[in-house]
Amino acid sequence: MHVPDGFFDAPTSAATAVVAASAIGTSLYLARRRELDDRTAPLAGLVAAFVFATQMLNFPVAGGTSGHLMGGALAAVLVGPATAILCLSVVFLVQALLFADGGITALGTNILLMGVVTVLVGYGVFRVLQAVLPKRASLVPLLAGLGALVSVPAAALVFVGLFEVGGTVDVPLGTLASAMLGVHVLIGIGEAVITAAAVAAILKVRPDLVHGARRLPTATPLVVRTSPVATPAAPAAPTGGEA
Amino acid sequence: MGAGHGHRLHFHGHSALHRAAAHHKVLALLGFMLVVVATPRGWWWAYLAEGVLLGGVVLASRVPLGFLARRMVVETPVLVFAALLPLIAHGERVDVLGLSLSRSGLEGAALLLVKATFGVVAGLTLAATTEPQALLAGLARLRLPHQLVQIAAFMVRYLDVVTDEMRRMRVAREARGFTARDPRHWGVLARSVGALFIRSYERGERVHLAMLARGYDGRIPLDLDRPQAPAVAPRGHGHAHGHAHEHAAAPVPALLTAPAEHA
Amino acid sequence: MSTPVLDVRGLAYAYPDGHQALFGVDLHVHRGERVALLGPNGAGKTTLVLHLNGILAAGAGTVAVSGLPVAKEHLQEIRRRVGVVFQDPDDQLFLGSVRADVAFGPHNLGLRGAELDARVMTALEQVGMAEHVDRPPHHLSFGQRRRVAVATVLAMQPEVLVLDEPSSNLDPASRRELADILRSLDVTVLMVTHDMPYALELCERSVILHDGTIVADGSTRDLLTDDALMARHRLELPYGFDPRTVGPAPGRAPAPAAPAGPTG
Ligand SMILES: Nc1ncnc2c1ncn2[C@@H]1O[C@H](COP(=O)(O)OP(=O)(O)O)[C@@H](O)[C@H]1O
Ligand SMILES: [Mg+2]
Repeated sequence: MHVPDGFFDAPTSAATAVVAASAIGTSLYLARRRELDDRTAPLAGLVAAFVFATQMLNFPVAGGTSGHLMGGALAAVLVGPATAILCLSVVFLVQALLFADGGITALGTNILLMGVVTVLVGYGVFRVLQAVLPKRASLVPLLAGLGALVSVPAAALVFVGLFEVGGTVDVPLGTLASAMLGVHVLIGIGEAVITAAAVAAILKVRPDLVHGARRLPTATPLVVRTSPVATPAAPAAPTGGEA
Repeated sequence: MGAGHGHRLHFHGHSALHRAAAHHKVLALLGFMLVVVATPRGWWWAYLAEGVLLGGVVLASRVPLGFLARRMVVETPVLVFAALLPLIAHGERVDVLGLSLSRSGLEGAALLLVKATFGVVAGLTLAATTEPQALLAGLARLRLPHQLVQIAAFMVRYLDVVTDEMRRMRVAREARGFTARDPRHWGVLARSVGALFIRSYERGERVHLAMLARGYDGRIPLDLDRPQAPAVAPRGHGHAHGHAHEHAAAPVPALLTAPAEHA
Repeated sequence: MSTPVLDVRGLAYAYPDGHQALFGVDLHVHRGERVALLGPNGAGKTTLVLHLNGILAAGAGTVAVSGLPVAKEHLQEIRRRVGVVFQDPDDQLFLGSVRADVAFGPHNLGLRGAELDARVMTALEQVGMAEHVDRPPHHLSFGQRRRVAVATVLAMQPEVLVLDEPSSNLDPASRRELADILRSLDVTVLMVTHDMPYALELCERSVILHDGTIVADGSTRDLLTDDALMARHRLELPYGFDPRTVGPAPGRAPAPAAPAGPTG
């Protein structure tokens, strides 16, 4: 759920907005420098549209309930963490302003919780596992899935923490934490399976698109073959003599 | 295109609110909601005043109330959460219809509902009275980083294209008798997600190539949406009507007016 | 003999994933010609097109435009000279209004103010879309978007217009309108197409690209009537279409009001 206006008190909203803004500033710098250069605007824009579309995709969880993909870990593994943060931030911005989904005063909170936290935790887990495990492309989907699995409950926990500090209703911490974790572990499993399978499907077709599996392109020597150019049966007379 | 996408939130109109500058509207929305959020519990008269103000603005926008009401479904998850609050919150209990509820939870839920509803109504009114393009230009005027505005512009431009592709994939799945009903179907959904990513990313690459082909150098000018010449169009194409804009174009260097001829 | 507008020699290219798409392409196109580039799917046609204005850099061989080599230091000038219309107009119309999309190229060339407005309107008039100047591209029909895509390129007043499958996905009326527009332009044209009647109608000369090399070059009518050649390169005429019985292709329509393209 997108955090609406009035969910957290004003200081918490302001503080999360500051954190989100600095995360975006850092990502702007890093995305341009390390990930996408002048392709940033069109590619990140299309990836943002993709994230928006996948967030509309509901997956059935259990007993008639369903969750939707958050896409933080998926985006991070696919396009790199900085670009992913930009894409998700823009998704929340557009959702708030064009769809009234998520409050405008809670924009920073939403970006922080569902953008920055899911990306950093998801990508962090992915990278740490990649560092300790053998470097094989076949492991990338599994690691991406594990990153996604952890990222969803992590965002839920940060939400609980924020609620404890700046919530507008006095709710027992334990009750809230266990309820949120319970639901989000389930959603996290769905997110994990879908993330892993989606990354695997992409690796099969365009391995070069998966940031988390990036490798130097192999330089193969070019083959040049000259086949005789057929001139069709009847003599042709193109303008200007051809070689 | 453009029909049945459910996310076309703009409602064409000519009210004062439609004509107001987008960046003023965004600032007004933000300011209003900050006041709402900061209004202390118990100041019921203040909430009443805010509600009356918001209601007046909505009426002035002449956006049909039914149009807004149908789009308020985005608030559903908040309703669910608000309904749970009185059950789990601390403090003094009161009995309502045989349920033991927390008084502070009830109050909190009521307050959350009021604030969130104000936010959704105000946000929907902004969306209904502002073209996405104008909104993007407004964000640029509010000094949102250029790159972020650009990303948002590309996202808005291709939102229909991408969601349409996703919808077609779903139709294709369903045409072959597949509907996702339980977790065993996650794999199929995931393959659609993977395919959608590849299509989106490859389109991004092609768009980038198309930009390069027309001399893109990393900057996208934001003000190409209007005629560039000062107010009266010299060539009399009559396309400058209704676009009162204050930006006088720089005089054209004589060099650039030379015919583009090459040896 | 004049310098060819497009001069491609021994062009070979492999994509970053190692897949080689071009294996030594030789192609010359002279000023004022309209040439059809035919070939089955995956032949490398789009890849070749992307080399003509330096979007892809040759792995081996050279490309020159009116004598100017396609190389990093000339990219700006090359992209002004060679206008590429991409296959999917949605890829080419990425801004919020028709005006902005058509203005994007000339703006990057340094045009401003009234000069820029005039360029935009002239290009839109050439494709008959002037009245739609303030509409968002995604509200236009597919055929209209294809025409605006052509205008985005005409606004740069290119010496050579390269079109990647311009008639694909068009209904018959839009296809006809586009043919009329192309015929009215006074500019060199290289047109990638699967649409053999279109090639015959618009282009005197055709070349066939297959597996990354040019395998045939000659008059369109002769190529299309050489059944063995056509079959060898997986090219097929639409059912009922016989190039032998079609009248001579209409000549270039006299361009009335001063056209945008420079004359050679
Ligand atoms: N970005 C790419 N990366 C790798 N291979 C590509 C890419 N684009 C095209 N190819 C491959 O290069 C070959 C030529 O493609 P293309 O030039 O698009 O063919 P055509 O336009 O004639 O149908 C095809 O085998 C295609 O799969
Ligand atoms: Mg092609």
